[in-house]
Amino acid sequence: MAALDQTQVKEGIDQETVDTVREVGGAYKYGWETEIEMEYAPKGLSPDIVRLISEKNEEPEWMTEWRLQAYERWLTKEEPNWAMVDYPEIDFQDQYYYARPKSMEVKPKSLDEVDPKLLETYKKLGIPLKEQMILAGVEGAEDAPAEGRKVAVDAVFDSVSVGTTFQAELKAAGVIFCSISEAIREHPELVKKYLGTVVPVSDNFYATLNSAVFSDGSFVYVPPGVRCPMELSTYFRINAENTGQFERTLIIADKGSYVSYLEGCTAPARDIAQLHAAVVEIIVEEDAEVKYSTVQNWYPGDENGKGGIYNFVTKRADCRGDRSKIMWTQVETGSAVTWKYPSCILRGNESQGEFYSIAIANNYQQADTGTKMVHLGKNTKSRIVSKGISAGHAQNTYRGLVSMHPKAKNARNYTQCDSLLIGNKCGAHTVPYIEVKNNSARVEHEATTSKVDDEQLFYCRSRGMDEEEAVALVVNGFCKDVLQALPMEFAMEAQQLVAISLEGSVG
Amino acid sequence: MLNIKNLHVQLEDEDKQILKGVDLTVEAGKVHAIMGPNGSGKSTLSYVLSGKGGYEVTDGSATLDGESLLELEAEERAAAGLFLAFQYPVEIPGVGNMTFLRTAVNAQRKARGEDEMSAAEFLKEVRATAKSLKIDADMLKRPVNVGFSGGEKKRNEILQMAMLSPKMCILDETDSGLDVDAMKLVAEGVNALRDENRGFLVITHYQRLLDHIKPDVVHIMANGRIIKSGGPELALEVENNGYADILAEVE
Repeated sequence: MAALDQTQVKEGIDQETVDTVREVGGAYKYGWETEIEMEYAPKGLSPDIVRLISEKNEEPEWMTEWRLQAYERWLTKEEPNWAMVDYPEIDFQDQYYYARPKSMEVKPKSLDEVDPKLLETYKKLGIPLKEQMILAGVEGAEDAPAEGRKVAVDAVFDSVSVGTTFQAELKAAGVIFCSISEAIREHPELVKKYLGTVVPVSDNFYATLNSAVFSDGSFVYVPPGVRCPMELSTYFRINAENTGQFERTLIIADKGSYVSYLEGCTAPARDIAQLHAAVVEIIVEEDAEVKYSTVQNWYPGDENGKGGIYNFVTKRADCRGDRSKIMWTQVETGSAVTWKYPSCILRGNESQGEFYSIAIANNYQQADTGTKMVHLGKNTKSRIVSKGISAGHAQNTYRGLVSMHPKAKNARNYTQCDSLLIGNKCGAHTVPYIEVKNNSARVEHEATTSKVDDEQLFYCRSRGMDEEEAVALVVNGFCKDVLQALPMEFAMEAQQLVAISLEGSVG
Repeated sequence: MLNIKNLHVQLEDEDKQILKGVDLTVEAGKVHAIMGPNGSGKSTLSYVLSGKGGYEVTDGSATLDGESLLELEAEERAAAGLFLAFQYPVEIPGVGNMTFLRTAVNAQRKARGEDEMSAAEFLKEVRATAKSLKIDADMLKRPVNVGFSGGEKKRNEILQMAMLSPKMCILDETDSGLDVDAMKLVAEGVNALRDENRGFLVITHYQRLLDHIKPDVVHIMANGRIIKSGGPELALEVENNGYADILAEVE
């Protein structure tokens, strides 16, 4: 009986997907722009800009130095060109590296003082009212009664974290969840100890750039033995024009702790491409477990490939302790160009890394994404399930590395890469790299490529579904293994996104 | 109910005429069977009626309760009350059978301006219907037609038919690939759905299905046309003598 009731819940989700698709009816859902007075730093990148960003965030000297060193490194680095993506050269001096809503300069005392445009933005993003108040920085908002399930939210609006919800409750559990700029001020010992230890300053061109100019982002510390009492969530939104968003996220799960972290991203529709270069570092100590889920729907550009976000992201988790676990789940439907490989360093013995990915590329989107599983410890295990969907003129590449080091005795990897093509002008590519340096390691790789065939669509349509419902149903079926790995609320959102991002892909 | 007049159809990408003037009327409450040798155009007729792509109608008409079908999209025909039970039901990996059914039922309801069925209501009805068709509850949870046996696939078609409650049902060689027991089960399902408001068009190669689904009228199709119509005895005649005699008689 319990099993059947569960079926009922799942039925509900599917229906909601279909409803939302109908309501939304085509265009990019988050493509609006909020007219808020912004404070910008001058365009371009220089040591002065780096100092300015640091100063605006009221950072200590050591942090400013750290950034400046990164800037010097960046000058010597070259943009990577090995990915299967093609975009016009980016003029890094023609970008704003810092922008923030003017109203954030002084914290508002009540909801009336909050820029109503900002509240409107949160509302459109689907953030509940109480969280809206907290995010807007209204005093006393924390004590207001909450509706529904608790999710602590941190919102980053252009460059600045505008507020984190449920601070008090998290504090009681000993969990620190705040903006990274606050963490630098309030918890320098933690930040100093961990920042840049998973993704070194000189890791790659974009990570180095991020290290110099990151303006905000989220910080999480879960103390030993603590199971974080709620899901932590961050919304990133790029609003201002010609602005790069460079957020930095640092998550530390101390011994025996657990945390589930959700990340959602949107941006307004613009003709000119915008840059997004984030870094996420995760440290997982002994017996700790971290789940990191992303629903990325940055503006993908219009149907002719104009505009959109260039998403160049470095995400890496270091499973330092024995028996530690990391699970990356990503649903990538947005961005004009995606360059992203959330990776797992499996250092601790018996540590485990999992990577579940759905990457959808429609129209002229290009996605080059995958993961790296670096097995260093004994009996380490990893699992990769990648579902790539290409439609329109899009190119979608899975690029993954599985590396079994000499000491990784009895390490195991299982990789499954499935590609689905819609139409005949798109492409799917699978580029698996496998390095095995010990005899006891075992690596399995399975790959399939299939098409949404006319027979399937006709079958659905002959039962009464229209073409878009039919495509959404078939594609959601294809992605099922990954959708199941997402937390419930995210799974719903992801299903809707899958449907929305493929609208107009057939016929 | 279903009225087909002088229907001419050719393939879209090659100049090949498949239906060469089909005339057929199926009244509400009646079961019509179409038999005929391979390549006579039986399956094409079912596809053209239900709106599959790849065919071009060059002449003639097809209406359901006076509404012209040929201009409608496949899903609009479904919402208008037409149902095709596929000869080869299609697999949809990862999509639960129940999800598929509910999406279909509610899509049709919406198209007709009716209220959608709630999850609870749907679940109750689908379970009862499955039970009456002797379909295991487990089959409702499995992905659509994936790993189903031949018999399960065809019973699943009948389950969909029962849930969608169409006015006009077309069964395309539903007996193919079934053993006698499976065929009986499917036929029982179809018979349970027979009523005075519903018409059936049963396409089959063999008379044996018609032992279980008793037709009111039997048509013989050859070379893109219906060449002879009669009562159930016509099916027996084919069974005993093959199509050769009838073909010779017409020529």
